[in-house]
Amino acid sequence: MVDFKLTNKQLLAKKLFAEFAEKEIKPLSSEMDETEVFNLELLEKMKKIGLMGIPYDKKYGGGGADILTYAVAMEEISKVDASCGITMSVHNSLCCPCINDFGTEEQKEKYLRPLVNGTWSGCFSLTEPGAGTDASGAKTIAEKTEDGKYYILNGQKVFATNGGFADVYVVFALTDKTKGPKGMSAFIVEKGTPGVIVGENIKRMGIRAASNVELAFVDCKIPAENLLGKEGKGYGIAMGALAGGRIGIAAQATGIAQGALNEAIKYSKERKQFGKPISSFQHTQFQCVEMQTRIDAARLLTWRAAKAKDDHENYTPLSAMAKLYASQVAVDVTRFAVQLMGGYGYSREYPVERMYRDAKITEIYEGTSEAMKMVAGGAVMNAVK
Amino acid sequence: MKIVVCAKQVPDTTEVKLDPKTGTLIRDGVPSIINPDDKAGIEAALQLKEKCPGSTVTVLSMGPAQADVALREALAMGCDEAILVTDRAFGGADTWATSSTIAAALKKIDYDVIITGRQAIDGDTAQVGPQIAEHLGLPQVSYAENVEIDGDCLKVQRQFEDRYHIIKVKMPCVITALAELAEPRYMTVAGIVDAYDSKEVKVWGLEDLKDTVDEANIGLKGSPTRVKQSFTKQPKAAGTVLKDLTPDEAVDAIVAKLKEKYII
Repeated sequence: MVDFKLTNKQLLAKKLFAEFAEKEIKPLSSEMDETEVFNLELLEKMKKIGLMGIPYDKKYGGGGADILTYAVAMEEISKVDASCGITMSVHNSLCCPCINDFGTEEQKEKYLRPLVNGTWSGCFSLTEPGAGTDASGAKTIAEKTEDGKYYILNGQKVFATNGGFADVYVVFALTDKTKGPKGMSAFIVEKGTPGVIVGENIKRMGIRAASNVELAFVDCKIPAENLLGKEGKGYGIAMGALAGGRIGIAAQATGIAQGALNEAIKYSKERKQFGKPISSFQHTQFQCVEMQTRIDAARLLTWRAAKAKDDHENYTPLSAMAKLYASQVAVDVTRFAVQLMGGYGYSREYPVERMYRDAKITEIYEGTSEAMKMVAGGAVMNAVK
Repeated sequence: MKIVVCAKQVPDTTEVKLDPKTGTLIRDGVPSIINPDDKAGIEAALQLKEKCPGSTVTVLSMGPAQADVALREALAMGCDEAILVTDRAFGGADTWATSSTIAAALKKIDYDVIITGRQAIDGDTAQVGPQIAEHLGLPQVSYAENVEIDGDCLKVQRQFEDRYHIIKVKMPCVITALAELAEPRYMTVAGIVDAYDSKEVKVWGLEDLKDTVDEANIGLKGSPTRVKQSFTKQPKAAGTVLKDLTPDEAVDAIVAKLKEKYII
């Protein structure tokens, strides 16, 4: 049975997300983009309503909602501000799942609880200057001390979202340099640990309000009990987290696209040229229908991946395809929205130019569009015998 | 302390228009919301609960089955219990029949304070709250813009156009809340999950109120009011303030204005 409708519970959550985005985020979006600083008072408000722990067990203080509700949240928030979207996403679907899925009960009590109950925020740090799509090329190392009580971390990470204010970083490092990806392990690193150096915000084209920094580890001593899972399992942990994270990014891309189209349609009804509102021109209507059709398709692909994760089915190829498609839609729809609005669309007076800049990253982070084709390749090709 | 809030689900009138031909509301496609004054009442109740640990907040609504959504929202904000009073027999009620029905439901539960909104934005009568108090024989303070607990009493700031009164009222009592009383909090994600998974909306029909309701006073048949005409309210024009006049000059100015408008 196929059901394309949200449940009443999910609809009520959608109402909360949309109201919060409209009242609390929208008035700050332009300023946060201009200043390239995330408003930390807003972050506290986001935590208070539960945006930073949506799909986690109430036993740890999480929201107890499903992944589909999380996808709805990502769309509604990103409709207004993609920087808020990625701030939520890295926390909810990259940092926390590593601890939720692989952490011991002690690690969950100590780290997952404050992360999902709205006390802390989390960062996920895998990418390095020389290891992007090829994450297995990471060079950060973690050497166990002779007494076995600590690991000593050394290395450099880049593009660490939330790194500027996070209380906890999930960091990937090699515990065995000779084994490549099989020598990678995951660690929980607390903010303020001696040897953790947080760099300046990296200047970017879009999602400029999000915190995104370089991290360096210099003889950084991590207690051995902060190893997540087992030694050598880090690469799998990272790839698993990213497969789920892509549901969030697909939803973010869908939200950016819907937000931009909504702005463009609203504008087209007010803007008069040749004596008529431009919304009355068939070309405008045809284009808007084309864009809405693609946004709806992106949303359905995203929901399919989210539902598969909720149902504990294999969602990895589904989330890759959802992200691949939704990110293309986001880039195309925002470009169209700017074009429809002409000079005003290009001006910073309206939010669509920001959305256009924000959209591009969805084709790049948490796996590029090319990497998505690598991820889904096996499932697509093997479906035909 | 047991607090009961009466809340109504209404169409969002910022998006509703009157059909000029029939004089009725065009409700199609208009989203439903918790009436703003009632939502402020819910927030005030939750704040009283926080100040007085061990208290409970019950939200009660009379309306069609769809009002379940409004009650779930109240539960997601933090209310403990919800009751939906719904039955075809209650349909078409005016303020008299509505307050009779709600009072009949309230007779079945314990309360120290009953909070209603001042008025609903789809009717603007401001009658149901005070009528509930009369049916139950309770003291009432309407137009509340602040409420504090004072022993077994409440201290209520009651708004007037140009002043306020602070009224001390002994519980149990009825308070009607203004939207200004409290800025409603957001729901939380966990609250929404609780509202559907671990809390329930009790549904009471005519059968459940048999021993407390007078059937002559419910529904369309029990409604003496007939609506003669509905119209969109015109905003009042801004007034003019004349300053620094002597009493004589002020009298002359007022008389001149009244003549200008052909009032005298």
